[in-house]
Amino acid sequence: MSFFVIFMGAALVHNIILTQFLGICPFLGVSKKADQAIGMGAAVTFVIFLASLMAYCLNTYVLIPLNIEYLQTIAFILVIASLVQFVEMFLKKFSVGLYKSLGVFLPLITTNCAVLGTANNIVTKGFGLMETIIYSLGISIGFTLVMFVFATIRERLEIAPIARSFKGNPIALITAAIMALAFFGIGGLV
Amino acid sequence: MKKNEILNIFTSGIFKENPIFVLFLGMCPTLGVTTSVVNAIGMGIGVIFVLLMSNVIISLIRNIVMDEIRIPVFIVIIASLVTLLQMFMQAYTLELYNSMKVFIPLITVNCIILGRAEAFASKNGVFKSAVDGIGMGIGFLLGLVVVAFFRELLGTGALMGLQVFPAQFAIPIFTSAVGAFLTLGTLAGIAMLISNLRKDKAEKGVA
Repeated sequence: MSFFVIFMGAALVHNIILTQFLGICPFLGVSKKADQAIGMGAAVTFVIFLASLMAYCLNTYVLIPLNIEYLQTIAFILVIASLVQFVEMFLKKFSVGLYKSLGVFLPLITTNCAVLGTANNIVTKGFGLMETIIYSLGISIGFTLVMFVFATIRERLEIAPIARSFKGNPIALITAAIMALAFFGIGGLV
Repeated sequence: MKKNEILNIFTSGIFKENPIFVLFLGMCPTLGVTTSVVNAIGMGIGVIFVLLMSNVIISLIRNIVMDEIRIPVFIVIIASLVTLLQMFMQAYTLELYNSMKVFIPLITVNCIILGRAEAFASKNGVFKSAVDGIGMGIGFLLGLVVVAFFRELLGTGALMGLQVFPAQFAIPIFTSAVGAFLTLGTLAGIAMLISNLRKDKAEKGVA
């Protein structure tokens, strides 16, 4: 039961994008088309899951025994950066279309605060191995869900009559505000 | 001519390519830190330091780093700079350090820093990169302060510890996630409006 609570909390109540403000760059940058958003979501899910797992192991078995916790930021970001480079090489080889459409935002997964933020959260919350897996899955599913919903709304916004100055990112941010309001309400769920 | 080019790089970071309102980079700290103006200024100065240093270092080593491993190399440089900044702030400005402890590691993952490293410093010389770093940093600082100004004023009725109007008339939602998105969206719209008006004017002038 408590695993369920962790999962729902991570995916909906403390949604990484709408309540923790992490991962906003891809949220705005790669959400113009639904399939792109799903591609990004899948890539981020993969990176968050593996990065959290590796960050947990690194922290528990290397950093804490050696008493060098102050290197956490550097160690975690190194793990994340290598993973992203790996995903980039993988996509370049096996899915050129997705690779091209994700463009500049692919290397930016490294600086997707969602990834480092999740790794940091896991360490500060003192999660065990099972909890780490559930939590990172919840976070990344929450991320993909919000990306997808947001992208479908934006597809509709393309054909809506919007004041010229608010087209593009400004209206997207205001849409995000309304979505955040909705997620505010989910807070009572868990 | 040369002087003009340098000046152009400098001002484009502040206005034409403002990282917050035009490029939409570095959004996470923009939304997370701007609940108060003091935090925004502290964050802005920290980012200027890291951005300047990382731009300079990366443009120095740009020719000896292989393309395949550039991102890990860049990000380790940035993470080391952030750790340096963290230690420095802890030693000399303890009060500021304590008030924004949570946000400092977040500078590592501020997209604007890696974004500039990729887009500018890895392709340009040291001096130009330094100018670009300072310009972008100042643009970021100004953007943060503007967003924080409205959020703090509307959300708490106070500004840098000074009560402007009674707190009971404040709209607390502006300090929450909803207000963050709403303020930034509205301000970005206004920024776009201004640039559109100027563009129209310029076009009319030509015709």
